[in-house]
Amino acid sequence: MAAQQRPLSPHLQVYKPQLTSILSIVHRGTGVLLGLAAFGLMAWLLSTAGSIEAFDRFHAFVGSAPGQVLLAAVTASMVYHLLNGIRHLLWDIGWGFELSEAYASGWIVVGLTVVITSALVFVAMNAGGAA
Amino acid sequence: MNLRDPLAIARGLGSAKDGTQHWWVQRLTAVALLLLTPWFVWQVLGLIGADQYAVRETLGQPLNATLLLAYVLSMFWHAQLGMQVVIEDYVHGWFEIALQITVKFAFAFGALASALAIGRIVFSA
Repeated sequence: MAAQQRPLSPHLQVYKPQLTSILSIVHRGTGVLLGLAAFGLMAWLLSTAGSIEAFDRFHAFVGSAPGQVLLAAVTASMVYHLLNGIRHLLWDIGWGFELSEAYASGWIVVGLTVVITSALVFVAMNAGGAA
Repeated sequence: MNLRDPLAIARGLGSAKDGTQHWWVQRLTAVALLLLTPWFVWQVLGLIGADQYAVRETLGQPLNATLLLAYVLSMFWHAQLGMQVVIEDYVHGWFEIALQITVKFAFAFGALASALAIGRIVFSA
């Protein structure tokens, strides 16, 4: 609420996208999605505590095609946000600040996100019930 | 015409002095979620395909219910801290205040409803 309209930084339209900046904004984006997904967890708990109809309705949605896609997106977001969160916590204790280290840890996060998300989706599909 | 000294106006817009607390609780809940998320994922994978009775029985066990409550409360607290910062950065004017209040109320509601649901599961299991 400053009186002057000062220019804001960074200027995304002229700023070259880099792994570090992209991972940073994806951390925010997945954070917002996961914040909304917390209400999905709330709905699951309420339906479990509630009537059998409520429980069935929740699972019918989660088992539907849009529900499965949403669940996979939330799972991927959760894995990414958790792994990149570890990266943030390590920065907080002063580890990995060199540019080369920030890139290396970034790629590790991307790689592990793909591997762990795939593994979770595979295990969930083969557990059978939801699909 | 404004007769107030520019410095006096600037002083009024200064730090609220609670930034460190916000930062620290964000990290504290992050570590809690880091520890609890693998446990939660493991539980959920084990419950795929289970009927309502089986889910209640599993979640209603004292240790599971305690960890689940810790998970849900850490999650909603961490999420509302994060949403606050995102809104501060991208939304301005009167809508920012309205959105901040709405988000705080919504996340408080989510935490309370989840806690009550866990309570009902525990005491009816």
